[in-house]
Amino acid sequence: MYAFDYARPASLAEAIEAMKDEDAKALAGGQTLIPTLKQRLASPTTLVDLNGIAEIKGICLKDGMVAIGAGTRHAEVADSADVQRLIPALAHLAAHIGDPQVRNRGTLGGSLANNDPSACYPAAVLGLGATVHTSAGRAIAADDYFQGMFETALGEGELITSVDFPVPEKAAYMKFVQPASRFALTGVFVAKFLGAVRVAVTGASESGVFRWPEAEKALSANFSAGALDGVALGADGMIGDLHGTPEYRAHLAGVMARRAVTAAG
Amino acid sequence: MSRIHVTTSVNGDEVDFLCEPDETLLDALRNRLGLTGSKEGCGTGDCGACSVTLDGRLVCSCLVLAAEAEGREIATIEGMAEGEALHPLQKKFIEHAALQCGVCTPGILVATKALLEKNPDPSETEVRYWLAGNLCRCTGYDKIIRAVMDAAAELRRA
Repeated sequence: MYAFDYARPASLAEAIEAMKDEDAKALAGGQTLIPTLKQRLASPTTLVDLNGIAEIKGICLKDGMVAIGAGTRHAEVADSADVQRLIPALAHLAAHIGDPQVRNRGTLGGSLANNDPSACYPAAVLGLGATVHTSAGRAIAADDYFQGMFETALGEGELITSVDFPVPEKAAYMKFVQPASRFALTGVFVAKFLGAVRVAVTGASESGVFRWPEAEKALSANFSAGALDGVALGADGMIGDLHGTPEYRAHLAGVMARRAVTAAG
Repeated sequence: MSRIHVTTSVNGDEVDFLCEPDETLLDALRNRLGLTGSKEGCGTGDCGACSVTLDGRLVCSCLVLAAEAEGREIATIEGMAEGEALHPLQKKFIEHAALQCGVCTPGILVATKALLEKNPDPSETEVRYWLAGNLCRCTGYDKIIRAVMDAAAELRRA
C-alpha cells in the first residue's frame, strides 16, 4: 500500500467534512478497497473509516419500506428478522455473498458505491426499485443510480447513507456462482409488484447491472417461468472472460431468470 | 503519516500498540504482538489463513486495518487452547489427521469454532459452505469436515 493517513469520524457530519479532501477515500468493509490498495491501484491521501458512524447502520421499517443503513454488514441483513419476513429474497441474497469472512465485513453501501459488475446487491437494488439516500441529501432512484461498470450517480465525496427497499409481493434472486470468488457469474433478481414485474441482471453486462425489459413485459403478463420461453438476451455487450463467453452469460441470464421466477412461486 | 495508538483486547487480554495507518491487523498481531499463529496466505481475503474473530465475528485480519481494532475484542488461534489443554476441535483435527502442512489450520480452527458457537449442530453441507472462505491445498477438505462433524458431536455431548 502507498502510505495514507487514517481518519475515523464519529458522525456523518465529520465524515462529510473529511471527504472534502478530493484525494480522500471512504473505507466501508474494506473487502475490495484494501486489496485494491495493496495492489497499489489507488493512492488516497486519507482513508476515512466509516465504521464508527452509528447513524448509517441498522435496519428499520419506514413508510412500508425496509430501510437499511449503508454501513450495515451483509451478515446483519441476512440475519435480520424484518428482512427475512418482508423481503426474504434480499436476506437470501445477502446470506450468499462471498464467504462468511466477507459477509461479516462487507457493507451494503460499500457494495453499491463500488458497483462491481458482478456484485449481488446491485441486482436487488435495481430489481426492487430501491432508493439510494446520500450524504448530499439526495434520494436517487435505482434506475438513475447505476451508470455503468464501477460507475454510479454519486458525486465527489458523496457517501451513501441508507437504502429504502420497497416490499414486493414476491421476489427471488438466483445466481450462478463463480466458484472461486462466489461472485455472480450471472445473477438475476426478479420482483413482482402489484401490476408490474422488475427483472435485474448482474454479472453479465460490460455496462454493469441492467434491467431486462422484454423479460419484465413477459412476466408482467404471466408470472411463470414458461412466460420466458422465446425471450432471449443478445450476446452484444456481455462480458467475455476465461470463465464464460458473452453467449454463455446471455444464456445464463435466461436460465437464472426462470429459476428465480420458479423460486419466487 | 503519524503512527496510531491502538488499545484493544486480544484473547481476553487488554493490549496496546503503535501502528502505521496502512498496517493490517494481521501484521500488527504477528509483528507487534508476537502472535504468529494467524498466517498470511494470499493477503487479499481469498484464502482465510489469517482468520480471526472481531467482536465475535469471523473476519480476514489481512483485510482489516490495525487501527480499526481500537476498542474491539479480537480472538485468535492462540486463545483457543486453555494452557496445555487443547480445544475439542484441535484434538479432533489431530485424531482425524485433518492437516498436513498446517498453514491453513489456524484459520480453519478459528472459523469452525465461530461456526459451532453460532450453530452447534451444523449439517455437513453447512460446514462446507461455512468454510468457503478457507482454502486448504493439502487435505482435499474431507478429513477437515469429518473432524469438525466429530468435534461438533462431542461438544454437544459435553
